[in-house]
Amino acid sequence: MPTITRRDLLTSAPALALGGLAVAEPPTPASTARDSSRVSTRLIVNGKAHDLKLDPRTTVLDALREHLHLTGTKKGCDQGQCGACTVLIGGERVLSCLTLAAATNARPIVTVEGLAGPGGELHPVQRAFIEQDGFQCGYCTPGQVMSAVACISEGHATTDEDIREYMSGNLCRCGAYPKIVAAVRQARDQMKTT
Amino acid sequence: MRPFEFTQARDLVEATRLGSRTGQGQTDAAAQFLAGGTTLIDLMKLDVLRPSTVIDLGALRSSGNNGVSARSDGLHLSAFATMAAVANDPEVGRSYPLIADSLKLAASPQLRNMATLGGNVLQKTRCPFYRDPSWQACNKRSPGSGCQAIGSFNRNHAILGTDPSCIAQYPGDFGIALIALDASMEISGPHGVRRLPFRELHVAPAAHPDIETCLGAGEVITEFHVPAGPWTQRSLYLKVRDRSSYEFAISSCAVAMALEGETARTVRLGLGGMAYRPWRAHEAESVLNGKPLTEALARQAAAAALEGAKTHGHNDYKRELAQRVIVRALFEAKAMNLDAPRSHA
Repeated sequence: MPTITRRDLLTSAPALALGGLAVAEPPTPASTARDSSRVSTRLIVNGKAHDLKLDPRTTVLDALREHLHLTGTKKGCDQGQCGACTVLIGGERVLSCLTLAAATNARPIVTVEGLAGPGGELHPVQRAFIEQDGFQCGYCTPGQVMSAVACISEGHATTDEDIREYMSGNLCRCGAYPKIVAAVRQARDQMKTT
Repeated sequence: MRPFEFTQARDLVEATRLGSRTGQGQTDAAAQFLAGGTTLIDLMKLDVLRPSTVIDLGALRSSGNNGVSARSDGLHLSAFATMAAVANDPEVGRSYPLIADSLKLAASPQLRNMATLGGNVLQKTRCPFYRDPSWQACNKRSPGSGCQAIGSFNRNHAILGTDPSCIAQYPGDFGIALIALDASMEISGPHGVRRLPFRELHVAPAAHPDIETCLGAGEVITEFHVPAGPWTQRSLYLKVRDRSSYEFAISSCAVAMALEGETARTVRLGLGGMAYRPWRAHEAESVLNGKPLTEALARQAAAAALEGAKTHGHNDYKRELAQRVIVRALFEAKAMNLDAPRSHA
């Protein structure tokens, strides 16, 4: 019997729920006469190029989740306030909900799906979040992890105070902050020695 | 978000040509320039800005360097540099700590990686009545419709530089540093290049708060110039917020000065989190210049800065808070040890 993962179930759930009557459209708004002009957009995600024709309103977040089915990147507030949608573009952490896909100009994008090694071994930051129990519900975690990867590589994880300041763009409404700081600290030390 | 046509400008000439319909950036402008997008995309999602054309300026972003050039005449900053790039520049931190502080204490690391300096100074107010079109009255959004904030919830609205048409607060930090340091800008437009003192960029509400700047259609800020002077090193930005990070100011003060013994010279004060537009406190500077910086004198200067303040109920507290922030900023600047390396702001 094939193994069904939580992700398989979640991504196929809308179609199952609708019993095949209709498939939910991506949440880019309904077509109108004026948006018939789609923009040819090349997205390079986790090392792989994707050529898409997108409504110009499509954000990187919606392109990832709804067009490339990479649902690791989460939609929290969709207004640039919570950090759940954090990805790396051109090596820098940014908010994918406020970035138009058409404006990325083929700069490389890294999402949480792109962190693990070729054999599936977790990135030190991912391991640290598990070992330090740096989450409760887990919804903000992909954004926290991406932000932590950047925070460490920027050199902004020197002290706990620094970590708190430079992770402040990622909200955790479960309040797992102390363990998130511990996870960043652990990953920082491990990445220094490897 | 409403549908729009997406165009990309290859260079400055094309940007200014395509920008003929940007108007002055009002909410009903037919076209909007896109730089970092952190204000524009947000306000388009909220249906406040409704451009039919978005002109991407991404191709104009500085590549290969961080957009910072420190020269003998001062600091030259590309308007397309990101907030993060400038905040992390070692020379900016050393010689213009006020500039570095104002950028580091703003927004979040992600937003600072996206937002450009030019977009930052043009960001829109965070007035909740402006940001939510379900409120009908907002002269900034719909000219002539009134001001919902006057007489209702206005805890973080402005107390300086307002008029009965609008009490919205300028939300930025970097602009407060620029006005304190007498910065100027280079602007490219359909009629060529012009220079403009930063203090003239943002205009008073003058019953028409929908017009926020003196930029004309198609004009793009390309560079900021911060003049060098004996006051830039002893400078800092003090920002008081409801939470300790990732929050707008409820009161802030940019200070720069030269100190000879106890005597303050060439003091420059900018005020944020309390004014309609980036605010320079010239009256307070005159009180301070050439005298020993004592607490009594600092209090007298702070009182002078707030002389014309008008509060609206929920923001009554700002009159006192602002004065304390000014006094504290002055004393923190006085206490700066210019020989010691500074830790992160």
